[in-house]
Amino acid sequence: MKRIRLSKTNRINFATYGGVILAYAVLQFLNGGGMLSSTIRGQLVPICAYVTMALSLNLTVGVLGELSLGHAGFMSVGAFAGAVAAAALPITSDPLRLAASMVIAALAAAITGTLVGIPVLRLNGDYLAIVTLAFGQIIKSIVENLYIGIDDRGLHASFLENRIIFRDGGRMILNGAMGVNGIAKISSFTAGFVLVMLVLVVIFNLVDSRAGRAIMALRDNRIAAESVGIPVTKYKLMAFVISAAMAGAAGALFALGQNTITANKFDFNTSILILVFVVLGGQGNMWGSILAATFLTVLPETKAMRGLADYRMLVYAVVLILVMLATNNPTIQDFINTKFRKKKKKGGAVK
Amino acid sequence: MLIFLNHLINGISLGSVYAIIALGYTMVYGIAKMLNFAHGDVIMVGAYICFFSVSSFQLPPAVGVLLAVIACTALGIVIERLAYKPLRQATSLAVLITAIGVSYFLQNGAQLLWTSNIKMFPSFFSSEPIALFGGELKITIAAIVTVLACVVIMLGLTWFTGQTKMGKAMRACSEDKGAAQLMGINVNATISMTFAIGSALAAIAGVLFCSVYPTLTPTTGSMPGIKAFTAAVFGGIGSIPGALLGGVLLGIIEIFAGAYISTQMSNAIVFAVLIVVLLVRPTGLLGKQIREKV
Repeated sequence: MKRIRLSKTNRINFATYGGVILAYAVLQFLNGGGMLSSTIRGQLVPICAYVTMALSLNLTVGVLGELSLGHAGFMSVGAFAGAVAAAALPITSDPLRLAASMVIAALAAAITGTLVGIPVLRLNGDYLAIVTLAFGQIIKSIVENLYIGIDDRGLHASFLENRIIFRDGGRMILNGAMGVNGIAKISSFTAGFVLVMLVLVVIFNLVDSRAGRAIMALRDNRIAAESVGIPVTKYKLMAFVISAAMAGAAGALFALGQNTITANKFDFNTSILILVFVVLGGQGNMWGSILAATFLTVLPETKAMRGLADYRMLVYAVVLILVMLATNNPTIQDFINTKFRKKKKKGGAVK
Repeated sequence: MLIFLNHLINGISLGSVYAIIALGYTMVYGIAKMLNFAHGDVIMVGAYICFFSVSSFQLPPAVGVLLAVIACTALGIVIERLAYKPLRQATSLAVLITAIGVSYFLQNGAQLLWTSNIKMFPSFFSSEPIALFGGELKITIAAIVTVLACVVIMLGLTWFTGQTKMGKAMRACSEDKGAAQLMGINVNATISMTFAIGSALAAIAGVLFCSVYPTLTPTTGSMPGIKAFTAAVFGGIGSIPGALLGGVLLGIIEIFAGAYISTQMSNAIVFAVLIVVLLVRPTGLLGKQIREKV
């Protein structure tokens, strides 16, 4: 019998798919048996949303190699577009309405991503980071001053102040800085799982395609890539917009699992939190992002951390600093290598 | 016209605070090539220390400011020693995340120590403004002190970096660390010194900021931190006059946007202006144009 040999990347990809499916099956099983605490059950949808956010940011940071500090802005666009769509769409089936809202959210975020990306991607390095930070703040300010309502004539929007006059039966959906209230919770863990799988399929196939190789060539050496004829703006924008669209879908998933969302939820700190997932998981490493996003979302909610109560955020900060020191300091790295490398060499002969 | 002048004075005063904070960012970036995200939180720590020494221990304001400066200088050196120095060789992203960790640490530490209740920062300056033109134009003492402090600090730093041995060492390190080391400059000590100066300035900025906006919470530092940081980029990061120019312009734009366009959108307008400037001049207003080498 001929064995099908998979390349290393393919093995990692399939392992990642398998891991996600396994995690979903186990959690579904535990949930069905009523073995999950209510806090964890409440975290299932946010975990999927944050995993998707981490994966999509990893596309920008790890694959495209550009630092974005405003990723929560796209999540915000998706969340509010999704919440408005879910409230306005005349679809009775909840899963269909959720799917349609997520598609609309992804489109809205992709359009925003294009508008942001065209000017921003001309810059490099730290400057790009600052401009994405600025865009994140601008998106937050815009959403905080946006009013959207619905009545039998359709959607109405106004900016800065609420000037919407309704006919009978009209109601506000997005109420400026108060955000969206009374959202019908139509997100489910299954929908989150499907979204994570879809995002993984898109990212793995993109990375393995001609476009993906062009994007990684830009990351590794922009000038060299440009000199062999790779159009810089096109591929940068492509990765950036795909990443934004994914963040938008994640935003809709997140928003439709909450009662209330406000623009404050998607501020600079959220962008940073997602960046932390990506960096701790390893740039360009998708399963790392999934693990980091899951653990860091659950960690503050677990019993052990709850016991620390007031200290948990402090512990979180210390863990973050220590992990960064342990993984990046040459002395500590040498120490770990001399202590543990021998074992690894014996075991690592599988290569 | 007089209203315009009033806004202008408020803008310059706010901008001077941003400029002092931006100096901390710009000096650290110039030498260590890192974005010190914890800088905004050092401001908050400085403001708290000054607040407690004045309101709880009944010390005179000048002593309070001095204590805040000393404590923040020490804090800056400790942070640099423990969190940033081990990462000298690491990628800039790793250092950035560590800085974010430090920022979380300071915010949450402050919340534990001092709770998240709002503290009303005492006003050190008489609230009676100086009235000009028959009371039409009012200038608060706080505004005058802020602008004066900014000018003095700026002149002092220009002298320090231009004339003293340590200042020259700083400039050498920011130019080329390897070459500076070969010339016998203690690079690590120079970087520590930069953090010390930046943090001392942050303490002063914290006190000045809270004299104008007296609500003090553990997250007080983050927004002025972000804005001062954009001010530093706006003026050209790494350049001391750039920080002054960027800070003052940012303060003026913020106040004018709030007064004449929309209060709710003033932050968005500030950031929009930053984006436009960066697109036209990617290195900021006074930044050095760096030629790309293959």
